[in-house]
Amino acid sequence: MLPARLARAATTTRGLAGRGVSRVGVPLVTTFLAFLAGGLAILVTGNDPFATYKAIFDGSGLSWLFPWTGGDTREIAASSLQQTLIAAAPLALLGLAVAVAYRAGLFNIGGQGQYLASSSMAIWVGSSFHGMPALPHVVITVLAGVAIGALWAGIAGALHATSGANEVITTIMLNWVAIWIGSYLFGLGGPLQNTEDRSLPVSPEVAQSARLPVFWGDPELQGLHIGFFLAILGLVVYWVLIARSRAGYEIRAVGLNPEAARTAGISPGRVTVKAMLICGAFAGLAGAIDVLGWEYRISTTDITVSQIGFLGIAVALLGRGSAVGIGIAALLFGALTTGASQRNLDPEIFDPALGTNLTLIIQGIIVLVASADIVLGGAVRSLAARSFGRLRTLVARRREASA
Amino acid sequence: MSLPPAAGDSSTGAAPADGAAPADGAPAPVLELRGITKRFGAVVANEDVDLDLREGEIHALLGENGAGKSTLMSILYGHLRPDAGEVVVGGEVVHLRSPHDAIARGIGMVHQHFMQVPVMTVAENVVLGAEPRRGVLRDRAAARRIVLELAERHGLAVDPDATMEDVTVGMQQRAEVLRALYRGARILVLDEPTAVLTAQEAEELMAILRRLKASGTSIVLISHKLREVLGVADRVTVIRRGRRIATLDAAGATAPELARMMVGRDLPDGIVKEPTMPGGAALEVRGLTVRDDRGLLAVDDASLAVRTGEIVALAGVDGNGQRELVQAVCGLRAAESGHVLVDGTEITGTGVTGATDAGLGHIPEDRRRDGLVLDFSIAENLALRRLRTPEVTRRGLLRRRRMRDTAAALIEDFDVRGGGPATPARSLSGGNQQKVSIARELACDPRVLVAAQPTRGLDVGAIDAVHRRLVAERDAGRAVLLVSLDLDEVRAIADRVLVIASGRIVAELPPTASAAELGAAMTSSGEPDPERTAA
Repeated sequence: MLPARLARAATTTRGLAGRGVSRVGVPLVTTFLAFLAGGLAILVTGNDPFATYKAIFDGSGLSWLFPWTGGDTREIAASSLQQTLIAAAPLALLGLAVAVAYRAGLFNIGGQGQYLASSSMAIWVGSSFHGMPALPHVVITVLAGVAIGALWAGIAGALHATSGANEVITTIMLNWVAIWIGSYLFGLGGPLQNTEDRSLPVSPEVAQSARLPVFWGDPELQGLHIGFFLAILGLVVYWVLIARSRAGYEIRAVGLNPEAARTAGISPGRVTVKAMLICGAFAGLAGAIDVLGWEYRISTTDITVSQIGFLGIAVALLGRGSAVGIGIAALLFGALTTGASQRNLDPEIFDPALGTNLTLIIQGIIVLVASADIVLGGAVRSLAARSFGRLRTLVARRREASA
Repeated sequence: MSLPPAAGDSSTGAAPADGAAPADGAPAPVLELRGITKRFGAVVANEDVDLDLREGEIHALLGENGAGKSTLMSILYGHLRPDAGEVVVGGEVVHLRSPHDAIARGIGMVHQHFMQVPVMTVAENVVLGAEPRRGVLRDRAAARRIVLELAERHGLAVDPDATMEDVTVGMQQRAEVLRALYRGARILVLDEPTAVLTAQEAEELMAILRRLKASGTSIVLISHKLREVLGVADRVTVIRRGRRIATLDAAGATAPELARMMVGRDLPDGIVKEPTMPGGAALEVRGLTVRDDRGLLAVDDASLAVRTGEIVALAGVDGNGQRELVQAVCGLRAAESGHVLVDGTEITGTGVTGATDAGLGHIPEDRRRDGLVLDFSIAENLALRRLRTPEVTRRGLLRRRRMRDTAAALIEDFDVRGGGPATPARSLSGGNQQKVSIARELACDPRVLVAAQPTRGLDVGAIDAVHRRLVAERDAGRAVLLVSLDLDEVRAIADRVLVIASGRIVAELPPTASAAELGAAMTSSGEPDPERTAA
């Protein structure tokens, strides 16, 4: 029998979702620690942490929801909140792309690549078929993005299922494949470079008929598009999938004990592929709604500097794999990004150039704290066990022998 | 330390129940646990437990699964710290904060699940963590020499150069013992050491323990096997529900007496089987040949039939192809050639679902690894096999209320104790986990039930429950193929016994055959005996 301490550690790292207090408490503590550290960073720069955080809060537009806190005018706050929600929607979907894989015992680092593959596909389909009616054009473009995202992740799933190739490695590799394909397509002289200005490595613009309608705010000023509802829908689908569906049951069974699943007649390989396809579909949806909702065109620079898929990992970690948690975590990261941006942060309170760095500090610490609990406990250990076979035994043995 | 080993010293007669101070003339204890209490939340794992280990004795710690044996030993080995009580080593109160402390005090532990690196050699494993060095480099030659010398001295046959994963479980265990001795253990704790061994290996281990005792090592042997305890131990401490019930001399003790102390009641009598009239063959295996993971021939042209209403035991020494045979029959491993039929339907090559649909149930030998998803609730575990039936899912969605109700009924039916439908399987005791595993298979109403070592690692009461269930299912007309390493079990419930050796079915014997006859067949060359197989 395992010593109780180890047994306890094993159970707490089994899933992203903890039980009882830890389910809410751990993310709260994590966030608090991150903001505390960020506050210290603000102090070091000689600014007032409270005022800075208040400015970020105002800049994120969250003050729109709490009018009594003062801050910007209603119009400005609403516009900021729209930006926050525009940023949060793909983050939630990218968080789901990590969470589904995690439930299946996999670590999907490939959200970035799946997102980019979908972005490129959405640009292509969205900028073709001029003159098509809006509804079919939007639907086809979104579905094309979802499909290529699913395919991108499915490749890693299939490689894992057939040859045991580690999905961490393959998804990272596929990120680069997506980045370079995108850079080639939209780069100078690339087959999908825009035709208006051949000196710019920028894609053509998505046709009006393929754009997601804006339902809140001014479409000319980047109002909130209906991709927001698609993200909410994604969260609901995720919840139903994991908690209520047979497919989700199989994914959880394989994630928790592939041997028992296999013995009972579930094919772990098939479930792995299925889980990765679902992951990729979520990431693909994120890429499609960004392109069709507000970007409309992307440059090769956008492709190479984008880190959004990795933020999705942080969202999944902080959200602890629950639909609600991922939604809240996405909102937090969306608010941070928007609130500390050049455009929204009051330069008299905190230098916006530093503000972006502050956001990164807070995000980094959240990932660090959340990872110490989850990644080191679960994913990295399972990664180690799978990729290096018996390393785990060695670790356990070493720990015991040299403790 | 200064005292010579006092093997066989039983001058104190039945030891007093309070093991605090040794009676006059008894050797001083090398180790004492005094009033150990350990709680996990509301659960009291150990309550005021005393234990004293004399120099050069084998002291058995006897109790059912979940009685608190492992907790007590975890405290002794520094994994856990007691809430109350003290550990005294060599007359000195010690505070063991980690296994390292325990090792430093000369306490060695052989865990039930070995802590080894499978790809390293036996010698490397033995010295792991304290490798002999020459300068900054590991000195492999010295390690090898030391291991050989140590093995020689204590009569532990190991091959220092073999890779750990290639040697038998018995040798892996001897390597674990060597590791403890290499680290200077004078007190050796073995946690259920025979649970993973064949009957012969267990015998060998007992001989090793006697030799170690003779050379002055003091041994705590954790077990729930009465016969083994009575055969080798000098004294026995029985614990039940975390409390010490008694400490007594093994010489004067009897098995029924110990069993009563262990379970707190008289055990039911042996299983009475009504003779049944077996019907037609429900499971047929014809000329099955299977290779193992390394591509070696594991099952060699094996044929057998199990009729409805009978229990056929497949007896043999572990590693003679039983596992591969079961896997091939249950659709978990592709057969190289041959056929498996359930009720006349060929299921070869149809996988687990094909076998299940044809009416085959499978109780896997390793319930924690292959049987249950430990972090799933009981209800979820019970649904695992019937995921695609309308009982569990409708239009791809789980019918959670139905799952819960079914689980509640099965829990009642199979007398699963320790939780309801929502309880995680992990928190159940081994016996109750096994009941869940069995309930799940029987809920599918299989014609054929393949039970692979269904009582491995279970305690007396749970074994009895499993045996009764298997006999009841036989009486209900199911065909049961029982794969077992335990000859007592085979003789208790089987109607026919097939002996497997080197992947071949070498003999068929009646369950009344003596242990010697069965043993002889099990260790035969593996060449089929024409007279016997023809019978």
